[in-house]
Order: sequence, then structure tokens, then C-alpha cells
Amino acid sequence: MIRRFNIFNLTSLTFGLAFLYLPLLLVVIYSFNDSRLVTVWGGFSTKWYGIALNNDAYLEAAWITLRIAFVSATLATVLGTLSTVVMVRAGSFPGRTLFSGMIFAPLVMPEVVTGLSLLLLFVAIGLDRGFWTITIAHATFAMCYASVVVSSRLASFDRSLEYAALDLGCTPFSAFRQVTLPVIAPAVISAWLLSFTLSLDDLVIATFTSGPGSTTLPMKLYSSVRLGVSPEINALSTMLIGIVTAGVITASLVNRRQERRRQQDHRAAAAAA
Amino acid sequence: MRTSRRLLILLPYLWLGLFFLVPFLIVIKIALSDSVTASPPYAPTFSLDEGLAGLRASLAALDFENFVWLAEDGIYLKAYLNSVKVAAIATLLTLLIGYPVAYAMAKAPQDWRKTLLLLVILPFWTSFLIRIYAWIGILKNEGFLNLTLMKLAIIEQPLAIMHTEIAVYVGIVYSYLPFMILPLYASLERTDGRLLEAAEDLGCGALAAFRQITLPLSLPGVVAGCFLVFIPAIGEFVIPDLLGGSGTLMIGKTLWLEFFSNRDWGVAAAVAIVLLTILIVPIVLFQRHQQKHQEELG
Repeated sequence: MIRRFNIFNLTSLTFGLAFLYLPLLLVVIYSFNDSRLVTVWGGFSTKWYGIALNNDAYLEAAWITLRIAFVSATLATVLGTLSTVVMVRAGSFPGRTLFSGMIFAPLVMPEVVTGLSLLLLFVAIGLDRGFWTITIAHATFAMCYASVVVSSRLASFDRSLEYAALDLGCTPFSAFRQVTLPVIAPAVISAWLLSFTLSLDDLVIATFTSGPGSTTLPMKLYSSVRLGVSPEINALSTMLIGIVTAGVITASLVNRRQERRRQQDHRAAAAAA
Repeated sequence: MRTSRRLLILLPYLWLGLFFLVPFLIVIKIALSDSVTASPPYAPTFSLDEGLAGLRASLAALDFENFVWLAEDGIYLKAYLNSVKVAAIATLLTLLIGYPVAYAMAKAPQDWRKTLLLLVILPFWTSFLIRIYAWIGILKNEGFLNLTLMKLAIIEQPLAIMHTEIAVYVGIVYSYLPFMILPLYASLERTDGRLLEAAEDLGCGALAAFRQITLPLSLPGVVAGCFLVFIPAIGEFVIPDLLGGSGTLMIGKTLWLEFFSNRDWGVAAAVAIVLLTILIVPIVLFQRHQQKHQEELG
């Protein structure tokens, strides 16, 4: 590619990023609006944050959502990593095609269908809907995403390291724990974070699989949004945007530092050899 | 050792079997059942205490009535066709907006690229619902867009965009833009710069070089990006529900209404089955494309 970054490129980048960020920026700015009218500026105020934070319904929903996201992300990461190890390592086993189909299908399944089918299962087996049904549903679709994230890392893993550990008398389990797992750890952490975010963000599947007393934050938000734009939702949204932004930027900085350290290690190893 | 390995395979296998495959079979079964006013609102239900004869009797009670209903009532067919149309147009718009951005990212100085990538991915991590909510404030009659245009005296009457199909297009393009930009960027970034230099040396203009070299080489990214937008857009519920009006028929929304408002589980399940049948073609094509592309790279 010819390195000529011209005015045309700069314009399309500017417009592209403006398109992505302007809507969110408006939400953030107008969360500090004193006026109840959401599009008329009535002076700076933080009162809507106080109102949003004192709304027990939101807080309760947020707490449930976080708990579900934490448990389902952990389940999804364990199951997703296991699935990847199975797919990459186990060779052929009966039903391998079915298994790879089942790990791929939820990625492209419309949310409404996933939600409906899980709800019908829970009704059929007579499971009371609530915290655990949402958690199971989220773990099931997130484990497929987790598996994709881990598999790219595991595919590039140098298997001779593991063979060396086995030759030196490690059991397969401890070889996996002491050699493979540390190498794929960054991917496992990414998988957990992705599963966590997917769960936090999900409205459709949660609506299908929830029961009385387990309203998640997206469900609560959805029912408020349907009634229209309000400064209180702006304040709540701004807090959520802030948390996510801080999290993503921290994760990417940590990632970059690890990458740099690894490159240094490689250079040091090359120099020593 | 062998048993522990088998257990390792069994755990995710059973999980997916129980929570993915079985629910799917139940959807098929309920799509073939009749709707009744009971809890659960469909018949027949399987019960084990009647034994094999009961099972056979309930199997015999299954029929295609719900599917006949879908075919006879024009509204479902319209919803399916409209979903495909909206998803296709939105995919094209996303490509037209995403391509120049991805192109500029691939041309940007090396040390900008990581930051630019992060900037494109960041909105994807932000709540989907909040991103759609942001557009309600912009597009509604007394929203930011109309206020700005009226202040600039470009229009006198507010444009009615909210609750129309245009708003749905805006919502889809906005939500799925990162899915388009990332594969495009990946394939554009790999383009060998020497090819373009050679073209220039041989007297090729910038536009011709783009058309004959850059564009064909970025086609795998174009195809991948289009599938990544088109497939989820067809079954979309939140965007047509919040931004579209009652006139915007889309199949994801139809399924939702059928289930939550009409409480007709049989029809909802039948709608789901037909939706999946429509999706199978693009999904299989997408998987083939990805496999072929992987082999070419490897």
C-alpha cells in the first residue's frame, strides 16, 4: 500500500469516527443538562446522576445483571476453553461434526430464536425462571464466543512444549495447567471479558428466560426507553459508557505492555543464543 | 486417564446438547403442536406416565397447521420479505460507509493504527441499547437533527424520520459498522504495496489502480463484512422495535409480538423455524467462504 495518507483518507476517517461517537457524545453531554427537556440546554447540573443513583429499581437490576454476568462469564469461559481443547486436541471422536456444528450455530442464531428455544426448554422441564435460567442461557451462547477467542490462540501454540513436559514426567493434566494454560491465559481472559460484556448487554435472551423478580438492567432500561428519552436515562447511560471505556482502555494498555515485554524477552533470548 | 479425557469431552458436549440441541427440537415440536388456552399454551404435551402409547398418540396429534397459517396470512410473508430487503439495503449502506473508513485506517501511519482499531471497536463494547437510545434523541421530530436543520434554515418542517424504515437503516448501519470495518481493514492492510507501486510505475492512474488492484484484493473482506452484517440484521428485534414504526414489519419483531403479545407459542415457534430456514443459505455460504479464505491464507 502506498504510504500516502491524503486529505480524502483524513476526511473519511473523521466522518467515520464522528458518526460512531457523536450520538454517544450527545447522550453524555445532555446527561449534565439541568432542564428536563432533553434537547434544550438549561445549564450544567449533575442532579440527574443523583436521581439515577437513588432509583432502587435501577440499582437492584444492576446488581442482578452483574451477578448473572459474573457467573455466566465464568461458566462460559470454562466450557468454551474445554470445547476448544476438545476440538483442537481430541482428534476424531463420535459425533465430532455434531459438536462443531453446535459450537458454531449459536454464533449465527438470531437472538429471538435462542431466547424462545431456551424458554420452551425451561417450561418443558418445569424449571422456575429467574436468575439461574438467565445465567444458563447466557453461558450457553457466550461459551461459543469464548471458544472462538481461545481457539485462535491455541492453534498457534507450540505443542512441543507440552510434549517436553510430558516427557519430563508431567501428567497430561498438570502439563496443561503448567505449560499450556499460562500461554493461552491472555486469550482466556479476553474470552471471559467478552462473555461478561455479552451478558451485561443482552436484552432479548434475558427477556425470554427471566422470571418474576429477576429483571436485568437492559430489561429495565428497555422499558424506560420505550417511554421516551429522559435525562435520567442519559445519566445512567453515561455511567455505563464510562465504565466500559475505562475497562476497554485498561485492558488494551495491559495487553500492549505484555506484548512489549514478550518482544523484549524474545530479543533477549535471541541475543543470549 | 482415558476416562478423564472422555469426561473432558462429555462436559461441553452434554451442555450444548441439553441447552442448544434439545431446545431446538422442542421448538420444532411446538411448531407442529396446536395452540390451546392452557398453561403451557400448546397441545399435545408429552407425558411419560402414559408410556409408549401416550407418546405415539401425541406424535400423531402433531401437524403443520401453524405453517399453513403462516403461508395463508400474508402478513408473515411480508415480514420475511421485508426483513431480507431491509437487511440487504442496510448491508450495502454499511459497506459504502465502512469501506472508505477501513481504507483510510489501512493507509494511516503505522503508529496510529492500533489506536484507530481501538476507536472502532470501543462503541461495540458499549451497550447496544444505549447506542440505539442515542439515536432516538437525534432522529425524533423535536430531536437534535431536526433542531439543527431548522436552525440552519435548511428545512421549515421537521422531517419525520423516527418510526420509519429510514430510522431502522440508520440503526443497523450504526450498530453493525464495526463488524464491517474490521474484516475490510484486515484484508486491506494485507494488500502488498509493491503491487500499487508497480501499477503507478507502469502509468496506471490512482483510480484505475484502486479498481484493478485494491478492490479485487479486498473482496474477501467485503464478503466477510457483508455476511457479518446481513445475517444478524435479518433477525434483529431491538432496532425495528425502538426506531421503526408499526409499519416496519420485520420477522424478529413479529416473533416477539407473536410470543409476548398474542401468546401464540405454536405460531412463534413456526416463525422461528422459517426464519432459520431463510438464514441457512447465507450461513452456509459464509462458512464456505471463510474456509476457502483460510486455506488460501494458510
